[in-house]
Amino acid sequence: MSIDLSQFHQVFFEESFDGLEVMEQNLLGLTPESSDPEVINTIFRAAHSIKGGSATFHFTSVAEFTHILETLLDEMRNGERAVTTPMVDLLLQSVDCLRNMLSKLQDDQLVEHADYAELEAALKKAIDNDGDHESVNQQASDLTSKEAPSTAGLESDASAQHSEDSAWLITFIPEPQILQTGNEPIRMFRELNLLGEIKVVSQILKLPTLAEMDETLCYSQWMIGLFAEVDESAIREVFEWVDDECELKLEALTEEQVNARLSGEAFTEEALSEPERANAPSPIDEKIVDKNAKASVQSTSASPSKPQSNSNTDLQVRDKSEVKDPNQANKSAPVATGGSSIRVSIDKVDSLINLVGELVITQSMLGQMGEDFNITKLERLKEGLIQLEQNTRELQESVMQIRMLPISFVFNRFPRMIRDLSSRLNKKVELEIFGENTELDKTVMEQIGDPLVHLVRNSLDHGIETPDKRAAAGKSETGKVQLNAFHQGGNIVIEIIDDGAGINRERVLNKAIERGLVSEQQELSDEDVYQLVFEPGFSTAESISDVSGRGVGMDVVKKNIQSLGGSVEVRSEPGLGSTFTIRLPLTLAILDGQLIRVGNQIYVVPLTSIVESLQIKTHEVVSITGSFDVYKLRDDHVPILRLYETFEVKPDFTDYNDTVLVVVEVGGKKVGFMVDELLAQQQVVIKSLETNFISIEGISGATILGDGKVALILDILGMLNRLNKQKSSSKGIAA
Amino acid sequence: MTKILAVDDSSSMRQMVSFTLKSAGYDVDDAADGQQALKLAQGKQYDVVISDVNMPVMDGITLVKNLRQLPAYKFTPILMLTTESAGDKKSEGKQAGATGWIVKPFNPDQLVATVQKVLG
Amino acid sequence: MSELLEIENDSLPIEIEYNEDQVHENLGAEYLGFDLQGETYCVDILSVKEIRGWTEPTALPNSPKYVKGIINIRGDIVPILDIRDRYGMKHKDYNKTTVIMILNVQEEKKSRVMGIVVDAVNDVLNIKPEEIKEAPKSGHKLNDENIEGLYNNKDKVYVILSVTSLLDLADIKKHYSKQFSTEFSE
Repeated sequence: MSIDLSQFHQVFFEESFDGLEVMEQNLLGLTPESSDPEVINTIFRAAHSIKGGSATFHFTSVAEFTHILETLLDEMRNGERAVTTPMVDLLLQSVDCLRNMLSKLQDDQLVEHADYAELEAALKKAIDNDGDHESVNQQASDLTSKEAPSTAGLESDASAQHSEDSAWLITFIPEPQILQTGNEPIRMFRELNLLGEIKVVSQILKLPTLAEMDETLCYSQWMIGLFAEVDESAIREVFEWVDDECELKLEALTEEQVNARLSGEAFTEEALSEPERANAPSPIDEKIVDKNAKASVQSTSASPSKPQSNSNTDLQVRDKSEVKDPNQANKSAPVATGGSSIRVSIDKVDSLINLVGELVITQSMLGQMGEDFNITKLERLKEGLIQLEQNTRELQESVMQIRMLPISFVFNRFPRMIRDLSSRLNKKVELEIFGENTELDKTVMEQIGDPLVHLVRNSLDHGIETPDKRAAAGKSETGKVQLNAFHQGGNIVIEIIDDGAGINRERVLNKAIERGLVSEQQELSDEDVYQLVFEPGFSTAESISDVSGRGVGMDVVKKNIQSLGGSVEVRSEPGLGSTFTIRLPLTLAILDGQLIRVGNQIYVVPLTSIVESLQIKTHEVVSITGSFDVYKLRDDHVPILRLYETFEVKPDFTDYNDTVLVVVEVGGKKVGFMVDELLAQQQVVIKSLETNFISIEGISGATILGDGKVALILDILGMLNRLNKQKSSSKGIAA
Repeated sequence: MTKILAVDDSSSMRQMVSFTLKSAGYDVDDAADGQQALKLAQGKQYDVVISDVNMPVMDGITLVKNLRQLPAYKFTPILMLTTESAGDKKSEGKQAGATGWIVKPFNPDQLVATVQKVLG
Repeated sequence: MSELLEIENDSLPIEIEYNEDQVHENLGAEYLGFDLQGETYCVDILSVKEIRGWTEPTALPNSPKYVKGIINIRGDIVPILDIRDRYGMKHKDYNKTTVIMILNVQEEKKSRVMGIVVDAVNDVLNIKPEEIKEAPKSGHKLNDENIEGLYNNKDKVYVILSVTSLLDLADIKKHYSKQFSTEFSE
């Protein structure tokens, strides 16, 4: 039988990454002053698990490397080795290295020795420096050379004669308690039988009286003739487990000699008759052997047991190696284990099951009502429908919950990062985390990780000052970075707060003017100026540290956040610090929408983007360069997009007096949509157009309305771009 | 059908052992630590117990000791899964009452063969 | 065997199930034939997902004329193309008897679903590879690249179409990128 182990690879990778997390978190808390043995034990176990798994699934480089870690950790948990900061650092680096190696393997890439050679050398050095330990190399080679259970120490008897009729005489005298470890002699006889034909003769020399007899003890001993040409080691292997609870004597003789010895042995009255040349170990008197032993003993005596299940061939002389069938060459193709997975708490699943149950009840109730419906049942029908709406809503919330994971998964990497970074920058930084249990959608979380890292790096690099500067400014030498997460409305809010130097408004503004991003005359609020740091290629760092400051990061951060449907705001106080606030929708799949109608087409506008919807008068609209119109909404000049033109639809009305203006905003810019009618507000499920078609600018997807019809969902940013193109092309014409 | 209890804190190992033995025709339950295993063993009679040594909550050695205290498991074959090539873990296991051991890494065939050895 | 499949709109949509064993046994592949402007065509039956009656699609703004819009099929958004409009054949208005064939297009990494408007669906054909004749490169109105070959069945000639080629999105993508780069610049 060949089992394809690759089906377990994905689970192994996932649990190994978890294990590495555990190691890292615990290592971070490990200092020479506070080294809780339980903590070290936890770290050890994690490494041990990874080693075991990686060896089992044939990831030898990981196994080798982890083995060294395990050795170190074992010494630490035994108290043989002290916990030192350099050691912890080395271990932390090893965790990184392992993560890297496992990632490569997960992506089907090869791991080279160079990937871990340096750390391996450093670790080995650390171990060998303490002289009196078994060299690591020795242990490592033990690992890789392991295949079958090794044999116990050999006591060689007279060398075996390798002639045709060579045989072995085995004297097996077990200690009385042997049965209590679950080691039945029968098992060993069966195993011997795999090596060749056997004849078993039992001896009862020390049987106590019936009254004194303890049924849990074994009072027998045996002589076994093994008629096969095998190595002594093969025989000893059979008895490996009971090595320390028996007396074992092996004599290499000829068949004749063995037979002679066996028949010459003293028997007691209850002894057996001459064992037949059967395929099985001969029947053993039940009275002698412990009655409480498992049924297999009795079944053996009842009838000659069948040959071993994997033996179709002649039992006469068989090599032990047949038992371990070499894996056949034709393996089936490995099962594809692509796709990520989620761990869901059983409570969430249970609640889901309950809600589905309620839904089924409601459905059956409505179904029954529909059987022979008449108008008198109308009230009940309405109630039933309300019930249905409630069930579906609860079910929807519950299902979305499943994709929600606590943000701690992302926050967890920061203690390590800050520790490494602050030492690299020679700054003292303390990290505080709040709201790590705040949940958000798994996909959103996967994508917010990098932007967050960049923002935190930015705080450390540009925000927090060096200890001297801080002291000079009257602040504590240790700077503080705070990560804060909480729910607000339908969003999750993540704040990165530092108590550093704040953003230098002047410098940012000057740089922006220099780059032509803004003009000198423009009136900009503080917030506007700070937002400029998100412009591409923008960096005011005086010297570009390799951490950040290359100017490629912040604009990508903002773009990533926006592509998730979120936004980022900046607040800052010179000398006191800065706060970056990220807002993200809780889920990507559902949208609160405002339905609008243009002609006979219905569109959905994201509710969060709507500033105001109002009826306007034609005389309130101003025409710019004769080709597009602008409406003055308080202090803003809002350009108007005639949706019927944009979408080539026949509208009901083309006059401003008769239509509704829906003013939307994204990224600080406003635009007004001219529509025929405002319809209902409802939650819609976003369906991608790209699944079966292509993406269209200005359309973020489609949804299915209650009546089964499809409505398009507008993407405000895209619509703005189309408006700008319209503007610029018309400018071109006018010019 | 023969019932086997497999105990290991590593999910991938549990899956591999479980799958391998089920494919060989056995009925397999699994637990992630010694305490879970002990509970399962008290509720159902297993014919063989296979356990890892290093586990949280209750490790393998303690599990063996506790199992041997139960009348139903006085003589049940208990196999330890150990990566230690050094002898001390093996003898510790034996002293606690384990039947024998299987050294990690093992391949599925070795596992099945060893189980068949003790079951017959 | 060669009867017109009578399709009443009440019985639509019809989902196609294929018997894989049969395919291998006969050593030919099955194709579904349909009518379009008096001519007969067919496509690999394994790519036919469903046959539906006409539902008014939701228009996709600024799309080529032959992209009629998108419809909802059990929660999936499926675009509908009109082959006649695409290849300059006379437009036929849609009514109760109009049939939409929903087809599966397999691309390297994913598969897409799209629908085409046809006049009527007719036979299920079993065509062996040796029975497929090469089509003359005479500039068929449906574009030569869409045609896999010809098949003679008694008195009818079926044009075998490649679904992957027919439903390729390249032209549509080109149309849109042209649209948006020169928006309103007439």
